[in-house]
Amino acid sequence: MKALIAAAKQEGTLNVIALPPTWANYGNIIKAFTKTYGIKVVSANPDGSSQDEVDAVKSENGTSKAPDVMDVGMAVALVSTNLFAPYETSAWSSIPAAQKDPKGLWTQDYGGYMSIGYNSAKFGTITSVSQLLGPKFKNAVALNGNPTQANAALSGVMMANLAQGGTADSVAKGVAFFHQLKQKGNFSPVQATGATIKAGTTPVVINWDYLSTASVVGQGANWKVFVPSNAILGGYYAQAINKTAPHPAAARLWEEFLFSQGASGGQNLWLQGGARPVEMTAMTSNGSIDKTAAAALPPIAGTPVFLTATQATDAATYLAANWAKAVK
Amino acid sequence: MPFLGYVGVFLLLPTGIVIWDAVRNPAGQFDLSSLKLLFNPEVRSFFTGSLELSALSSVIGAVLGAILAYAVASGNPDGAVRRFYLAGSGVLAQFGGVTLAFAFNAAIGPSTGFLFHAGWYYAFPGGIGLIYIYFQIPLMVLVFLPAIDGLKVQWREATENLGGSTWQYWRHVGFPLLAPAFIGATLLLFANALSAYATIQAWENQIAYTAPQQIYIAINSEVGLASNEGDIIAVGMVVLVAIIMVGYFGLQRRAARWLR
Repeated sequence: MKALIAAAKQEGTLNVIALPPTWANYGNIIKAFTKTYGIKVVSANPDGSSQDEVDAVKSENGTSKAPDVMDVGMAVALVSTNLFAPYETSAWSSIPAAQKDPKGLWTQDYGGYMSIGYNSAKFGTITSVSQLLGPKFKNAVALNGNPTQANAALSGVMMANLAQGGTADSVAKGVAFFHQLKQKGNFSPVQATGATIKAGTTPVVINWDYLSTASVVGQGANWKVFVPSNAILGGYYAQAINKTAPHPAAARLWEEFLFSQGASGGQNLWLQGGARPVEMTAMTSNGSIDKTAAAALPPIAGTPVFLTATQATDAATYLAANWAKAVK
Repeated sequence: MPFLGYVGVFLLLPTGIVIWDAVRNPAGQFDLSSLKLLFNPEVRSFFTGSLELSALSSVIGAVLGAILAYAVASGNPDGAVRRFYLAGSGVLAQFGGVTLAFAFNAAIGPSTGFLFHAGWYYAFPGGIGLIYIYFQIPLMVLVFLPAIDGLKVQWREATENLGGSTWQYWRHVGFPLLAPAFIGATLLLFANALSAYATIQAWENQIAYTAPQQIYIAINSEVGLASNEGDIIAVGMVVLVAIIMVGYFGLQRRAARWLR
């Protein structure tokens, strides 16, 4: 570890990509890393997608600007392993086996559950997905993106699918639900952002819980986030190191920092941003978890569902053929 | 020569790359059959959407813009009103994208309570067409004003000297003279709407209506459906724009005959 720190300090810089400062507390995580190790973090294209990250690794291959590390969705991670360098952090054993590549090419880092964020001053308390079909939700319900392209939106449709009695193998009932939502005039096709929530254009947003917390979307106590008990859909992002990283030591030190369980390590910082770190179970049993931040997460009652790669691809294929028809 | 270099790097090369990538199969071999995707009903609906939206916004924008341009032209040529309209049009013709869509949403969007029946606001192409007209009218004023200025006072006087009425002047002199310029300007507006992407994407991005939106989805897919669909749709767009531009230049030439 000492040798790694020395080598990383020698390199002096770390290139990251597609990390929005408000996303899962990344703004503070980057600041904390620079403060701890004195390594400058160059953050490119903060609003980019997972695909943008992989494209940048390919197009800037060999230059000093190429991203050193990536934080990508699983669909992109699984088809891009030829770009990754294997690395096992010292926290490797605390990460459940299903959440890491056996060779360490990628490691899931943080995640959350599909949730419904809403303005409780306007709508009272929402307890189920079917309630959103009611007349008071006219033009109110938005997804985070187009489900034929964005993973968060695909997961939103899948969550509605589970709530309507569907299974993870077929997203058809979710699409049917959004068809009904559109028929009733409740579906808002606007991209939900902090600004649209503030303007009141999207008072109900189906999104990952860590992207919907009141502090992230700039709302007060009236903004509530809940995870429907019959439709707990989880999703994790994954860390990977560029195998031709211009700053290989800094990249590995960044991973050590992200997966460290310390009070100001990456895992607790993610938790403070409302995301669930991958080592949460291990940290809860060894007591290193930030208990206040853990208690602030939306409660989960039931067994979460995680999509397999095949289920995710099947859902994407079904959506590509049926989504536009259902909601136009 | 420098112009040829410029066109080569910024127009021909990208077009070539797009076409090159469009005629590949998933294994990367040359395969013209990939272009069959353009006739798939789903993909066709994006082109229909693009054409509907462009036609609606360009025709309404052109008519209203032409009336406004005539009003401006009939005023004092050095007056403050004309300068104000020209400067304003120059700015507003470029005011599009996320800012425009957000401005509409915040000002009259369904959540503001301004609209009693909000359904049409998100209806396609009505709602987004209204937003497009906001930058189409100023563009029409800018491109159509020179044509109206080209109408010589003498022609009108000649009509009157020969005993013609105002109606006869417009029917036999004014409209025929302006028609090529008007149609040409409408085509320009049409192409302008066809290629617009950021505005509609900010108005709504959970449903793709137009071809540029579907290109975005195809090249930015996070859900693992990578393919060259984006390139193929782009080829379709290139063909469409080429047809429109040929029409535009043809009409431009005809119109220029009268303005020389």
